[in-house]
Amino acid sequence: MKTLYFRAATIAVSALAALAIGGASAQTVKIGYIDPLSGPFANVGEAGLKQFQFVIDDINARNLAGGPKLEIVPLDNKGTPQESLNQLKVAIDRGMRFVTQGNGSGAALAISDAVAKHNERNPTQTVLYLNYAAVDPDLTNSKCNFWHFRFDANSDMKMEAMTSFIEKQKNIKKVYLINQNYAFGQQVSRAAKEYLARKRPDIQIVGDDLHPLGQVRDFAPYVAKMKAAGADTVITGNWGNDMSLLIKAAKDAALNVDFYTYYAGGLGSPTAMGEAAAGKVKQITEWHANISPNKTEKFANDFEKKYKLDFYYLRVNTMMYMIADAIKRAKSADPLQVAYALEGTKFMSDTGEVEMRASDHQLINPMYMSTIVKAAVKGDKPQAGGDKSVKYDQEDTGLGFKTDARIESFVLAQPTSCQMKRPPKS
Amino acid sequence: MSAMNAVTFKPVNLARWIIWTGFALLLLVLPQLFDKGFSLTLMCQIGTIMIFSLSFNMLLGQSGMLSFGHAVYAGLGAYFVIHLLNMIGKGLWFPVSMLPLVGGLAGAFFGVLFGYVTTKKSGTPFAMITLGIGELVFAMSLMFPGFFGGEGGVSSNRIAGEPLFGFITSVTFGPQVQVYYLVAVWLFICTAAMYAFTHTPLGRIANAVRDNPERVEFIGYETQRVRYLVLIISGFFAGVSGGLGAINFEIVSSENVSAIRSGTVLLFTFIGGVPFFFGPMIGAVIFGFFIVVLATITKAWLLYLGLFFVLMVMYAPGGIATLIMMQFPIIRAGRFKEIFPSYCLATGAGLTLLAALIFAVEMIYHLSLEAAAGTSKAFFGMQIDVASAPPWVVVVVLTVVGGVLLRQAMRGVSMHWDRIMGDIIRAQTT
Amino acid sequence: MEFFLISLLNGVSYGLLLFMLSSGLTLIFSMMGVLNFAHASFYMLGAYFAYQISVKFGFWPALVIAPVVVGMVGALVERFMLRRVHKFGHVPELLLTFGLAYLIEEFVHLIWGRSSLDYKIPPEMDGPLFTLYTTTFPMYRGFMMLVAVLMLLAIFLVLTRTRIGLVIQASLTHPDTVEALGHNVPRVFMLVFGGGCALAGLAGVIGGNAFVTEPGMAAAVGSIVFVVAVVGGMGSLAGAFVASLLIGVIQTFAVAMDYSFVTLFKSAGFVITPDTFLYSLWKLTIAQTAPILPYLFLVLILIFRPRGLMGTREG
Repeated sequence: MKTLYFRAATIAVSALAALAIGGASAQTVKIGYIDPLSGPFANVGEAGLKQFQFVIDDINARNLAGGPKLEIVPLDNKGTPQESLNQLKVAIDRGMRFVTQGNGSGAALAISDAVAKHNERNPTQTVLYLNYAAVDPDLTNSKCNFWHFRFDANSDMKMEAMTSFIEKQKNIKKVYLINQNYAFGQQVSRAAKEYLARKRPDIQIVGDDLHPLGQVRDFAPYVAKMKAAGADTVITGNWGNDMSLLIKAAKDAALNVDFYTYYAGGLGSPTAMGEAAAGKVKQITEWHANISPNKTEKFANDFEKKYKLDFYYLRVNTMMYMIADAIKRAKSADPLQVAYALEGTKFMSDTGEVEMRASDHQLINPMYMSTIVKAAVKGDKPQAGGDKSVKYDQEDTGLGFKTDARIESFVLAQPTSCQMKRPPKS
Repeated sequence: MSAMNAVTFKPVNLARWIIWTGFALLLLVLPQLFDKGFSLTLMCQIGTIMIFSLSFNMLLGQSGMLSFGHAVYAGLGAYFVIHLLNMIGKGLWFPVSMLPLVGGLAGAFFGVLFGYVTTKKSGTPFAMITLGIGELVFAMSLMFPGFFGGEGGVSSNRIAGEPLFGFITSVTFGPQVQVYYLVAVWLFICTAAMYAFTHTPLGRIANAVRDNPERVEFIGYETQRVRYLVLIISGFFAGVSGGLGAINFEIVSSENVSAIRSGTVLLFTFIGGVPFFFGPMIGAVIFGFFIVVLATITKAWLLYLGLFFVLMVMYAPGGIATLIMMQFPIIRAGRFKEIFPSYCLATGAGLTLLAALIFAVEMIYHLSLEAAAGTSKAFFGMQIDVASAPPWVVVVVLTVVGGVLLRQAMRGVSMHWDRIMGDIIRAQTT
Repeated sequence: MEFFLISLLNGVSYGLLLFMLSSGLTLIFSMMGVLNFAHASFYMLGAYFAYQISVKFGFWPALVIAPVVVGMVGALVERFMLRRVHKFGHVPELLLTFGLAYLIEEFVHLIWGRSSLDYKIPPEMDGPLFTLYTTTFPMYRGFMMLVAVLMLLAIFLVLTRTRIGLVIQASLTHPDTVEALGHNVPRVFMLVFGGGCALAGLAGVIGGNAFVTEPGMAAAVGSIVFVVAVVGGMGSLAGAFVASLLIGVIQTFAVAMDYSFVTLFKSAGFVITPDTFLYSLWKLTIAQTAPILPYLFLVLILIFRPRGLMGTREG
């Protein structure tokens, strides 16, 4: 028992010390980056990490946080929720008060929940969780909490954007849904049916398939089913191989449909799909390399030059600039103050004004619907027959994204069921 | 005969008392030595893995059943515990400290269910069918978000109800150290129970089923039933470990029933040592080392793990426990000092080879992963250009020197070993 | 009709691919009793080697060279690793290949990175073979089927009609006698293991560009090949062939069946609503479970016919 008291006292003292230092300007704000850095998804985690490093270099060079320097600390969660919690503990032990994560809603839900519990049990040592890519709507609805901020549109918002585009495509008559049978895929399927019924009641849903995650080797039977159902459009939340194999199988069977996807531009997917995707595959994202006007063009080129990697997450930039700005305005790097400074902020991102909604801590940002087409270049070399407006290709495949439409942020904002409990402000 | 045994084995029993008391004391003082938040979590995890791998070894080591789906029992047990914990949070009366028991019962229940199918076979077909069941359960866990909580799993709050039947109210299991002691108590009980099991008639006949099932059938035992019973008991302890894990992490997700988890427990149990009861416990500690220490130092930790495992299978299939136990006859004969110099030489040679290996692997990893950041790499405080020749020359030199030395040293070791063991056996027979 | 024919074709061609994947595994198991857990890893190596070779020399040389290289790697594994643990029994052998699977995956990460590779179908094969009503059947799929059938024929002929095949068969049952006749039995085993791995490599060369060449490809097919081998009967090539076709066809047709317990109960007069107990289980359709049906199949087979469809021993 004695040691317990002693420990409590130590924590109190160190917390006081931290507060005292908090006033000084030459301080470093460490942000724990909890994402896979080994194992099968290590390339995704590595690419994200590089983007963080690159934008933080920019922030520190321009002193955007108003004094404190930012630093990103890689912590390998090996892609699993439990290991994410371990790494969260490591981050807290090493004095980090900010953590960020994006790959996988499983890990995201675990971290969000653990951060809330930690802050409740250790109110002097709070931690803020910045989510840059986990899209489960629950995180800002039924399972929302004050310490979680999401800088990516959730899957419902993306579906809203997608369906508002579909609404205007009068030639779409029969839609087929195919998704992975787990939380995310089921949400996509539900949202698609709901939103299409609202916006285009004349569209027929001719199929609604759910298949086990990562278990399908051969999509030919599904394609045969789509063909038999007479679908002209397929909506899918599939990612990774489940998407590449689907697109390839569709091409083999000469299935003439448009694919509306979430993750066609994801790492490795353009390479895996190859030319089978050209003209057929559309995606919904907050940014792609060929948007116009493209304020991120130089930044993206510099990034590509340094790391030999495509720039992918504009939201990482938006997020880090917003955090730096919040630290500057709050004149403190204390998570509580930063959180209050972030809430309700409107911010000018590279693609227009975005808002961190106070009611559920969901960023509301404009998005782009785009199609994969043959680009004007392949790698560094010009490519004959490519679309002149598509200046950049993905992963040197000679395929790039071409904007179909920009969807304004007010269109995709969703009502929230979040009942946020706010801690006292000081 | 029993009287004879009691007399002959008295010193061993004394040693046993010392070992178990020492184990209890160690569990008691560990949190005083490592009291940082994360080391406590890690010790909790190692404790749970210890129970898990001990239960796994009940199958592999003691009954000769190689399972590729053992995580199913621990994982499903964990799911039941987390759901019950949520109900406690909503007002159901049940002490949190007793939750692992529920996990155990759930594990045993699924042992009854799946074991009925799997234990019909032994050997390779058993391994395959456990693989199939593991895949089925994992696929289900993603399909039914109602029970399995979907991608995010089921989360909970362990501060709920009256954890110790309302006796000591300051224990809430909020602070990690309290969870540690909960794990420690359960670990001690389970280890003792599983050890006791090895001495029961069922435990003994399980060994016989492993070694020679035909003869067991001849003397009138039904091997299938023995396997079935062992699997149920093993499922129980796996469930207990799952329950402790659920309390420790306050979340259970589909990774708990995944094939990766099943593979991990197999790897570390084997590395620890299958032939000895305490082998899996060593394996669990190594697990902590690999997952935590090594994984934070290097990105190549999976490669090292694979290499380590393959080398163990090839050169020390009895695991680390066997390597340790092999030394006891020599120490008892008081002749360890004869072989000790050869051991030192072998260790030195091994370390040289290891250095070469680490050097090479880290440089290759750097080339393949961080080529964009340049070819210069910080390595033990030095800056090294991995694209230049000198570091690779060093690797080659280290490999050659280490290889030659190791050959020499191993020759010395086996020479001494044969001589000493020969003497010991001769002394016993004459 | 179109749907039925196309599904049948799809099922058969998928089944043949499964056979290609599992024939090497079955061969090794039947000859050496070793269950090669790294089999799918050799399949992956085949794809990666083929990619590397095809970048330089094109697809056709890769089709020949890559399996040979994979076979040599397999032979080396047998010679320097498996043979060492052979004396410890089958479980250590199995564990060794289990560890080897980890190693090969990390090796692939190291050399080729973690993203998928741009390993393309050769242009002369990239097109439809024929058109059935409105659906095209890709030429490459036809090629895949052809290779699988040739593979079956070749294995059969080698094992039963050649001298080396007879020696291999004899080594399995009477190793001592064969040795006494002057044959090098360990070398025969090395040949068999290398040959089995080469078959996996060949499947990789062909499967790698038909699907996706990436480091997860081994894990993706890893367990399904075991299902085929076990369902067919451990060590029975003919069994593996039948099982592959059966699994391929069943799985393909299952995808088309949108029936669930809800439809079943409805036809029996019961109404199931989302509030019914275990609703998520009742509403699961056959189509949704199609890709995991093989595992169910495996469990059922082991309950009702433990030696598999055409197996001769119970292992």
